[in-house]
Amino acid sequence: MTLEERSLAAPELAGRRLPRALGLLEASGAVRAAVAVLVVLALVAPLLPGWLLFLLTVAFAKGLVVLGVVLLLRGDLVSFGHGLFYAAGAYTVAFALRWGVPVRDAAPLVLLGTLVATVVAALVGLFIARYRGIFFGMLSTAFTMILYSLLLKLYWLTGGTDGLAARPAGILGLQPAADTLRLTQYYFVLVLTAAVTYGAYRLAASPLGYLMRAIYDNEVRVEYMGASVRQAIYRTYVISGALGGLGGALAAVAVGHVAPDLAYWTSSGEFVFVALFGGAGSVFAPLLGAVVFEFVRNYAFKLSPYTWQLLLGSVLVLVILFAPGGLWSLLERLAQRARGGKRS
Amino acid sequence: MGVVLETVNVTRYFGAVKAADDLSVQLAEGQTVGIVGPNGSGKTTFVNLVTGYVKPARGAVRFRGRDITPLTPRQITRLGIARSFQIPQLYLRLSVLENMLLALAIREQQHWDLWRPLKLPARVEEARCLLAQFGFDTGVDQPCAALPEGGRKLLDVALSFALRPSVLLLDEPTSGVSVEDKFAVMDRLMSVVRQSAITAVFIEHDMEVVARYAERVLVFAEGRILADGGPAAVFANPAVRTHVLGEGV
Repeated sequence: MTLEERSLAAPELAGRRLPRALGLLEASGAVRAAVAVLVVLALVAPLLPGWLLFLLTVAFAKGLVVLGVVLLLRGDLVSFGHGLFYAAGAYTVAFALRWGVPVRDAAPLVLLGTLVATVVAALVGLFIARYRGIFFGMLSTAFTMILYSLLLKLYWLTGGTDGLAARPAGILGLQPAADTLRLTQYYFVLVLTAAVTYGAYRLAASPLGYLMRAIYDNEVRVEYMGASVRQAIYRTYVISGALGGLGGALAAVAVGHVAPDLAYWTSSGEFVFVALFGGAGSVFAPLLGAVVFEFVRNYAFKLSPYTWQLLLGSVLVLVILFAPGGLWSLLERLAQRARGGKRS
Repeated sequence: MGVVLETVNVTRYFGAVKAADDLSVQLAEGQTVGIVGPNGSGKTTFVNLVTGYVKPARGAVRFRGRDITPLTPRQITRLGIARSFQIPQLYLRLSVLENMLLALAIREQQHWDLWRPLKLPARVEEARCLLAQFGFDTGVDQPCAALPEGGRKLLDVALSFALRPSVLLLDEPTSGVSVEDKFAVMDRLMSVVRQSAITAVFIEHDMEVVARYAERVLVFAEGRILADGGPAAVFANPAVRTHVLGEGV
C-alpha cells in the first residue's frame, strides 16, 4: 500500500452499544496501545538517563510539527515550509525572554509561541490555500526561507547565526533543580503531546478531517456538495501551523537555544522526511516516526560522524521500499498477524 | 405549478460549436424532465450553465426569480440545485457510508466541526436510511472503489439527493450501466425522486428510458430547443424523428 492509498485511521468514536458519553471510550486498538505506551513513558521516565529524556522530549516536540505536516498530507498537500511555524514558535519564546516579558514560566511562553505561529499560519494561509501540488510545496518553502533570511540578517534583534538563549525560569510554577530539569521538561512535553495528539485524533474522525480526505479524492465533488475546498484547506493549514508553533516552542524550551537553522528549508524537509518515515496511517504515526528518527540520527551520527546523512537516507529508502506506509504500517501488519494468530 | 428554474436567452459557444444559442427554458416545480439530443447539441452544457460550472456569454439563469448567473457551483448547490455527473464523482477511498455521511454533514453545515465525530449515531442512521432508499442495504462499509458502475451512478445521485435540493440534474444516469440494469437503476432513482416531489432533469440517450420516466421532454439540437412537450407528442414530431432518432436519414 502506497502512502497515497493510506489515510489516517478513521476511529469509530460513536459506539452504538454504549451510552454516547462512553462511546468516546470505545477506542480502537491503536488508541488503547497509545494509552498504554503513554503510561509506560510516564512511569519509566525517572529511571531514564538525562540524554534519553532530552532525546525523547525533542522527538515529541518535533513529532507535533510532523503531525501538522501529516494533517495537510491527508489533503494531498505537501508542506516543505513547516520550519516557518517551528521557528516562529521557538523564536517567540526566545524573544519574550530576551525582551523582558514579565512572564518567565515555560507554559505561558509556549502558549504565546503557539499563538504567534497560529497568526502567522492564518496570514500565510490566506495566500497559500489557493495553491496545490508543487506550487503549494514551493511557496511554503519560500515563506520559511524569507523568515530564515530575516533571522540571519537582523542580527541586533535575532542574534544572527549565534541565535538566542531560550531558557524559561520555571515550568508551571515549578523551579526544578539542574538534576531534575530534564525530567520536568519531559513530563511537561509528554502531557502536552498526549493532549494535542488526542485533539488530532478527534480532528481525524471529525467532518473536517474527512473533508480533507475527500479533497484528496475529488475536489470537484466537494464544491458540488456545497463545501468550500479553500476554506477546508485554510482551516487545516492554520491548525497545522499551530502544531508547528507548539512543537517549536516546546523544542526551544527543551534545548534552551534557538538559531536561524530552525527556519532553513532542510528543517522543513526533515519534517516531511519524518512524516514519510512514520507514515500517515494514524495520528500516532508521526510521534513514532519522530522518536525512531531521533534515535537513528543519534546513533548514525555516533557511528559515522561524517556520513550519518547517508545512513539516514538509506534507512528511508528501506522504509519506502519495504514499508511504503511508513513504520506505522509495520506495526499494523504485526498487529494483524498477532490477531490472525490468536484466531487460529 | 410555479417556475423554479429558467434560462433566459442564454448563449455560449465553444469555438464554432453552438452549445447554447439564445436558449430560454423554464422548468416547473416538481416536474420530471428528460433531455435528449445528438452529441454536441448542448445537453451537458445546459446542466453546466445552470450549475455555474460554465458561464454564459449572454443571458441569465434564474432560480426562483433570482439571478444566479454569477454564482459559483458551491453557492448554487447551497441554494438548492444539485447535480450528478456523467462520470460519477465520488470519494473513492472513503466507504459508501462515509461518502453519504459527509454529504449529510455538509448539508447540515457541520462540516467545519473538528471535535465531534462524523459518525454521530443519528447521522449514521439517516445515512443508512438514505442509502437503503437507493438500494444500498448491505456493503455500505466497503470503499466506493469496489462498487460496480451502476452502484457508483446510484451513489452519485444519492449524494446529490441527500443535499435536499429543489432541482436535481442527472447527467446520463444510465450511461455505462448494463442493459439489464438500466431500468432497475432508473426505477430506483425515479421512485425516490417522485416521493420527494423535487424537480428532476435527466439527460438520456435511450429513448425508451425517456419515454417511460419523463413527464416532459426537451429535445436539444445545436444549442437550441428543437421540440418541447410530452413524450408521445415529442417522439411523434417529424423533426425529432429525423434529427434525433435518425429516421429517414
